[in-house]
Amino acid sequence: MDFENIIEVRDLSASIDGIQVLSDVSFTAEKGYITAVIGGSGAGKTTVLRHLLGLYPLTRGYVSVLGRDISRLTEKEQIELYMQTGVFFQNGALLNSMTVGENVALPLVQHTDLPEPLIEEIVLMKLGLVNLEESFNLYPSQLSGGMLKRAALARAIVMDPPLLFCDEPGSGLDPLSLESLDYLIMNLKNRLGMSILIITHEIHTILRVADKIVFLQEGNSLFEGSVDDAVGSNKQELKDFFSVLDKRKHSAMKGNAQESNC
Amino acid sequence: MLFGKSNKEQQNNISDKNQYYRLEGNRLFLLKELKTGQCDDLIKFIKQKLYSLQLKQLSLDMSSLEDIDSAGVITIFYISDMLAARNIEVEFKGASKSVCKKIELFRPVKKSKKDPPPDNSFLESVGEKLYLFFTSYLYEFLLLASNVSYYSIRDLFNRKSRRKGEFVNQSVLIGVNAVWIVILMSYIIGLVVALHSAGQLRDFGADIFIVDISVIGIMRQMGPLITAILVAGRSSSAIAAEIATMKVTTELDALKTMGLDPVRFVVVPKIYASLFTMPFLVLLANAFGIAGGATAAYSYLDIPPEIFASRMSEIVQNKDLLTGLVKSQVYAGIIVITGAFYGFRVERGAEGVGRVTTFAVVVSISLVILADSMLGLLFY
Repeated sequence: MDFENIIEVRDLSASIDGIQVLSDVSFTAEKGYITAVIGGSGAGKTTVLRHLLGLYPLTRGYVSVLGRDISRLTEKEQIELYMQTGVFFQNGALLNSMTVGENVALPLVQHTDLPEPLIEEIVLMKLGLVNLEESFNLYPSQLSGGMLKRAALARAIVMDPPLLFCDEPGSGLDPLSLESLDYLIMNLKNRLGMSILIITHEIHTILRVADKIVFLQEGNSLFEGSVDDAVGSNKQELKDFFSVLDKRKHSAMKGNAQESNC
Repeated sequence: MLFGKSNKEQQNNISDKNQYYRLEGNRLFLLKELKTGQCDDLIKFIKQKLYSLQLKQLSLDMSSLEDIDSAGVITIFYISDMLAARNIEVEFKGASKSVCKKIELFRPVKKSKKDPPPDNSFLESVGEKLYLFFTSYLYEFLLLASNVSYYSIRDLFNRKSRRKGEFVNQSVLIGVNAVWIVILMSYIIGLVVALHSAGQLRDFGADIFIVDISVIGIMRQMGPLITAILVAGRSSSAIAAEIATMKVTTELDALKTMGLDPVRFVVVPKIYASLFTMPFLVLLANAFGIAGGATAAYSYLDIPPEIFASRMSEIVQNKDLLTGLVKSQVYAGIIVITGAFYGFRVERGAEGVGRVTTFAVVVSISLVILADSMLGLLFY
């Protein structure tokens, strides 16, 4: 394993409206791997993500993304950093006034000088990666939940970012759509070599895609390590989290996932 | 011995088999079941009858209680606290296993109560609100206004920064779609103002001055003001709702993470569109307001349109027209920035969207009227 840290969080603490939501959270995410930040509802996963994205001001601790201390970034540097990261929001966050094609093209139109036909080709190719090439001219309101998520994924990767953030990618999806989305995410890592950080509480997603787990509970990072170590951990919190899991099923799923990667 | 029945049962005079509590000395027997419908009656019974008996101790016997729901469990604890506050000791007895399980399941959760902050005095409260107004509202409003102004000027000749078709789209939404309402309202207001003035002028034999009142009043004051109030009502709310919804659905976050400034991307096209369309709307409002005045002059004072037009050409100066156009630009800025300001301030989901939309309309109309009075003094 190449342990080059692409994300580093040290002693991150945060409060929202006077309520402590993160207490000294620390973890790293390595280049070329999928790191899943997991935990139950209210564990502080989304707050961690929003700090990584610079959407919440950093008040205590250290956060670096792609080797840059985000608390010291100027506005211009922050935008440059955004250019190297893709974000896949929980609800897709596609702009409803624009077609799927325009949504996916938006970062290219705004940040590059590429000619329009070329942008269209790139967008079609990215939509093809998520099996949505037919939806180029549709509006987000005309898409199903699963299609919305895939369109959002296409937009997140349109600039070929080395780092992709996914916030609860599987929320609200049926098991089949969830599985297909998980395989799409794995393909991004395997084929494009993206480093991916996923915020999720979907156990099946964790087992299918994650190389590494960071477990949060009530704003504290309780565990950081491989999926197998997490599943076999003696920590009661992790045991409770994985209690719904049938270990045989875990092995079977892992096997399937690896087959699909090949 | 005292028997209790639920209100409904009392009204219907149901037989004794519906009794669900019985008091014997200092023992209160709970019978059959204690469910949501009976709790209120039991609490009333204790307040009315039991307090008057001045007991020192009460034994709550649940041996005949067959079923209890969550409200019943909470009621038992509530009664216990109520009696304890009156120094009546309460003892629970004889609950069956199934009732005990329910009590364990529905046991009230102890609140981690923080002492509420002490109430501010009147002066403290006024001071706090003023502090908040200057440090939060006014500061953020001015910051947004300066951001909008900066990006509007910077992007004026930078086509790449603009979404294709967005200017036309916003011009249609803000300007073109408001044409009919502006025409109708300005005609009616022009007509009514002239009609009311006509009666007074006729008494003094100064009929012809109806033209002065209509034309100067409409062009300098009423035309721009009516237009601004109508556009504020339509567009300020729409802008606030659009931006607030984008914030609630994390579309604004998505823009930020794509390296796009939401002010530049969402607000600036609206500013361009409103600055462009407002003067045309004001011109329309002027024309139809004056037409309304001419209608009143003709029908009430028998001033034919030719005389009206001839007098109008004598009194109208370029300044009158320019005043209205300058005002329209100021109002356009106020309407868009106020709508955007409240849109960005949204909190708490759908309810918040409704709240900021209302605020946007009220505040933008108020600011338009305030600006109108200041500009009125300036151009007097």
